[in-house]
Amino acid sequence: MKPSKEAVIVAVADEPLKEGKVAQPGSPLQIQARCAKAALAQAGLSLRDVDGIATAGSWGIPGAGLVATVTLSEYLGIRPTFHLGTNIGGSAFESHVAHAAVAIESGICDVVLITYGSTQRSELSRNLAGWPAAFTFQFETPWGLPTPVGGYALAAMRHMHEHGTTRKHLAEIAVAARAWAKLNPAATKRDPLTIDDVLNARLVCEPLGLLDCCLVTDGGGAIVMTSASHAKANALRPVYVRGYGEASTHWTVASMPDLASLTAAEMSSARAFAMAGVRREEIDVVEVYDSFTITTLMTLEALGFAERGGGGEFVSGGRIAPGGDFPLNTGGGGLSYAHPGLFGILLLVEAVRQLRGEVEPERQVDGAKIALVHGTGGTLSSGATCILSVD
Amino acid sequence: MQKPLPIVDPGTQPYWDALKERKLLLKSCKDCHKPHFYPRELCPHCYSDNLEWVEASGDGEIYSFTTVHRAAGPAFADEVPYVVALVALSEGPRMMTRITGDPDVVKIGLRVHVSFENAGEGMVLPFFSIC
Repeated sequence: MKPSKEAVIVAVADEPLKEGKVAQPGSPLQIQARCAKAALAQAGLSLRDVDGIATAGSWGIPGAGLVATVTLSEYLGIRPTFHLGTNIGGSAFESHVAHAAVAIESGICDVVLITYGSTQRSELSRNLAGWPAAFTFQFETPWGLPTPVGGYALAAMRHMHEHGTTRKHLAEIAVAARAWAKLNPAATKRDPLTIDDVLNARLVCEPLGLLDCCLVTDGGGAIVMTSASHAKANALRPVYVRGYGEASTHWTVASMPDLASLTAAEMSSARAFAMAGVRREEIDVVEVYDSFTITTLMTLEALGFAERGGGGEFVSGGRIAPGGDFPLNTGGGGLSYAHPGLFGILLLVEAVRQLRGEVEPERQVDGAKIALVHGTGGTLSSGATCILSVD
Repeated sequence: MQKPLPIVDPGTQPYWDALKERKLLLKSCKDCHKPHFYPRELCPHCYSDNLEWVEASGDGEIYSFTTVHRAAGPAFADEVPYVVALVALSEGPRMMTRITGDPDVVKIGLRVHVSFENAGEGMVLPFFSIC
């Protein structure tokens, strides 16, 4: 039985970028305000209607960002009665959609605004040095593992050892992402890319080279959720949240249960599929977190689209590229579209636009009705899956 | 430039102190008899608080590794290429470490033994060498 107040996504927005930087300069708070305004306007709503707020990020820490939902609410001039500050890394926004759905369906709130904003590229705030060697990181940071790429490199090396995966398999993923980005005018990297380009790029952490790694860009987005009845009353086309799940297994890489498989995604997607009651063959479009090429490969296995160890074969021959039979990361992903620190919100934005038929015709998946979105956070640490659909 | 050193806390002090005496310690559970790493207050296997420190053999094998070409910040820049690895100790738990010596001979599955690296300010880090 469907709940009386079924939760739906009614609007999404993202912040325009130019060469990886926000086209209109602004702080993370300004970016979130702009995206909020754009998304709410699309839904025929205003900030006055928002009674639930969700955000995650690493701006303003220590300081105003420590209680990010409270600071953001103050900045926007709202007094929400429901806050989602869950930060499980890049997958945070998939978990926000799930938690917001629970809140709306149980009548705790009516309109939830989910936002993200980052200026990490403009600020040049990223480096590979990792985190202070305190608490659990006493046992990771002192050895000089570049963060986060090193942890993903360790997983890739183990996957290659156990399953015979090759750097060429991983390169297929980067090339496919670039081919999708070429069809997306908003994407940061749109110049041609070949398998050889990826293989010959400067090595960062073996076996991963520079073009196995996501971009470092600014960016932001917003999602508005409310009840299906509200959407109907306002003639909005709802995107249903059919199923969701989340899980975490570790953050320190040494504590990852199995470096050749993505346990968190196995756990979260099993729950999402069970709740949605859909089969893998019914999914029309898939958006997964591609922080690195290996992330995509291991996620496809964990979600059950590829067999365990068969991810390399699965992505080969242009299968996940435009024109292939498995449309994946149709905006170009974190590898070629944008990666503003936490990419998960932009996966949801792309999935919603695909389901509504709102993207450029060249990359629109014909008749897409059901989408799967999967975020990964930390070092293959957390996973959150959402299965979305339209009528 | 000083590399990041462990910021020791009461729960980890015995571990770091033992390394200064060239001993590698694990915490082990007196109820389920499984060791774990890094040291915790509760056993992550059975959640008991009945734990003790035990000395590890220092033997293990390479579970995975990466040869680092772009350093983890300026403090490590003059060491590239260097090998960071996860070693599976013969007692079971895995730990992050460095493999000393020639990066080109490192492979998953090779047997390794602990060595003790002075890291400055009196701190000692466990590294591993191929046997």
